[in-house]
Amino acid sequence: MKPQTKEFRRVAAKTMVDPRLQKALEGVYNGFYKGRIAAAEATDRWEEQREQGRAIKEHTINHLDYYLELLADNVEKHGGRVFFAADVDAANKYVIDLALSRSVKTVIKSKSMVSEEMGLNHVFEQNGIESVETDLGEYIIQLAGETPYHLIAPAIHKSRDQVSDLLAAKAGGERKERAEDLTMQARAQLREAFQKADMSVTGVNFAVAESGSIVLVTNEGNGRMATSAPRIHVACMGMEKVVPSVQDLGTMLRILIRSATGQRISSYVTMINGPRAPEEEDGPEEFHLVIVDNGRSKLLADPALREALNCIRCGACMNACPVYRKVGGHSYGWVYPGPIGAIVTPALTGLKQGKDLPYASTLCGACREACPVKIDLPRMLLELRGQVTEGHPDPTQRSSSFAERIVWKAWRFGMSSRGRFDLGARAARAVLKPLSVGGWLRRSPPPVSGWTSSRDFPLPASESFRAKFKRRQSKRAGKK
Amino acid sequence: MPLIGHVIAQRYDSDTLSYMSATPNNPSLGVSPPTRVSLFVTCLVDQFYPQVGESVVNVLERLGVDVDFPEGQTCCGQPAFNSGYRSDARAVAKRFLGIFDGDGPIVTPSGSCAAMVRNFYPELFHDEPAELERANRVGERLYEFSEFMVDMLGQTDLGGSIDESVAYHRCCHLLRELGVDAQPSSLIQSIRGLDIRPLERSEVCCGFGGAFAVKMPDVSTAMLDEKLDNVLNTGAKTLVAGDTGCIMHMAGGLRRRGSNVQVIHLAELLDRATSANTAERSI
Repeated sequence: MKPQTKEFRRVAAKTMVDPRLQKALEGVYNGFYKGRIAAAEATDRWEEQREQGRAIKEHTINHLDYYLELLADNVEKHGGRVFFAADVDAANKYVIDLALSRSVKTVIKSKSMVSEEMGLNHVFEQNGIESVETDLGEYIIQLAGETPYHLIAPAIHKSRDQVSDLLAAKAGGERKERAEDLTMQARAQLREAFQKADMSVTGVNFAVAESGSIVLVTNEGNGRMATSAPRIHVACMGMEKVVPSVQDLGTMLRILIRSATGQRISSYVTMINGPRAPEEEDGPEEFHLVIVDNGRSKLLADPALREALNCIRCGACMNACPVYRKVGGHSYGWVYPGPIGAIVTPALTGLKQGKDLPYASTLCGACREACPVKIDLPRMLLELRGQVTEGHPDPTQRSSSFAERIVWKAWRFGMSSRGRFDLGARAARAVLKPLSVGGWLRRSPPPVSGWTSSRDFPLPASESFRAKFKRRQSKRAGKK
Repeated sequence: MPLIGHVIAQRYDSDTLSYMSATPNNPSLGVSPPTRVSLFVTCLVDQFYPQVGESVVNVLERLGVDVDFPEGQTCCGQPAFNSGYRSDARAVAKRFLGIFDGDGPIVTPSGSCAAMVRNFYPELFHDEPAELERANRVGERLYEFSEFMVDMLGQTDLGGSIDESVAYHRCCHLLRELGVDAQPSSLIQSIRGLDIRPLERSEVCCGFGGAFAVKMPDVSTAMLDEKLDNVLNTGAKTLVAGDTGCIMHMAGGLRRRGSNVQVIHLAELLDRATSANTAERSI
């Protein structure tokens, strides 16, 4: 999928004046955000399990080559095939070649963020293969021709009315209103796809190295259906999704599901060990695991950003993020929204065009507090800011304006001497005072104009603290 | 032996938003609470809110603590660091370390500036071992005002009184970078006559974010509007907060709305509540 990260400001501005989107985003706080907190409070040793989850991820990412090989060996032992894709083109080619060589006409998909990176639906379409999303939220945005708005609730921005229209258009005009009727309508449409599909493409929540299992977490059951009905199952995973053992999986599932939806466990947790075995009655004839790098090696090689690979895609950081709750999911311009998106998107798709993303944060720390594996997101946002201005090893990825550099040099000059610091404040006061009313500015020249567009700005005080403190001390000395 | 370890892992309740009572967490308390501190007043207080610095001095002096003000101080470097200009930030941060080199506790009326020195200097100086060591030494001595009051001086009840309605905004860096939440809450709760109004979403950012407020003014304003709606819903006449950046932001927004709600720093509230002159015990 082509990144649209340059459009951050434009899409954000549009989102903030759209009452329907704002209403949808408002629901995130009382829903997912509070749900996670309640689930965490109801869980024994929650903090300890977060620590454990972090330790598991850190260990695995630090030994990723070992665990990926172990995973691949064990998947192959069960009769599955494994393909390592360096980038999305390689991943797409593998999946399409497979589908064409097996005369696949219809593919059903279960939620997969990495397939969004691949733009897989589009590639299927180009090759004359029908591809149907079976996660209800994904299905809705596929009908709308959009991208996911949220990691775990891709259609959270769609109102019931809009869903009615989308499903009705698909059904040839019959418009339903009630949520139950809409669900039944979608179910009927999806059931048809399930029945005729030759192949399924699913995501992977976790892949267990020691057992060669892939694990899917869903609430609708579509994941289980997709992995058992068609004759071919292709699972796509980002290469960071591996965990060492089934025991580790227990910890990861506990913290993932609670952090994502606030549930103790999802309706379905599906573990798949390869294709149908000879003695089994059902399941796919073929199982393929596509392990996608697509820039993740760059994160792995950068000690300051490696932590981003610990992410288990629960969405808790965006639920907690007051910026996400205003600008919505599409502003981030690629597959992953919210704070984690503001880190991985520029790192994977180009810092120059995605330069606004690391700045789309007040560094309030709510994301880090929410993260089940304690990823230090503010630290990495700051790291990326440093890379934007002066730190990126590739100078063509840097993008600080001359004006901005001058402002900061002037600031540094001013702050490097107490005399200049005082002089600067006195001068600012003298210049701004005639424009002020009651000690406040309603309008101001750049760079403060952004502030005064919606907020008054105070004049510097008539006397600095240092001056006041000095007078106070001399008065006291006089008394003695 | 270090003077005292920071209490940076204080638990706080981010859901019910209820104020939790603090307990002094200072192993050396009762032995010899400090009687002299250096004040890092912060650039914002120095030039925009000197009254906050005066209140810090008043409150500390009433508790028998002498305050020293290192005169050369300007800024900790956070604005440049947060904007990605690390080399400029480093220059100013090194100057800060030189000015505050020495012994004894340093107190600052800002969770954000304390977090810069304690949490982010190690990041800023990660490849300069000598500076890193100096940063850690200064960081260990640096306390946010309410943290110092409770954890170092063991003060949870100053015995003051004010007849006033207030709401308390939990500033992000104080709350989530330093984990200081119980301390300011207990200090506020100890004031007699104070009508404390629970603030919805008190843990949610006001949208300030330093340069963020200027760089992305529309996003910042949308966040501020949510905050101010919640503040006005409390009906409180005064909003109390622990960081002057947030105060400047929320006060500027309230003023633009034509609201009469005052925004003050926790130190100002405590100063007025404990003033010997009872006429000053108002806001």
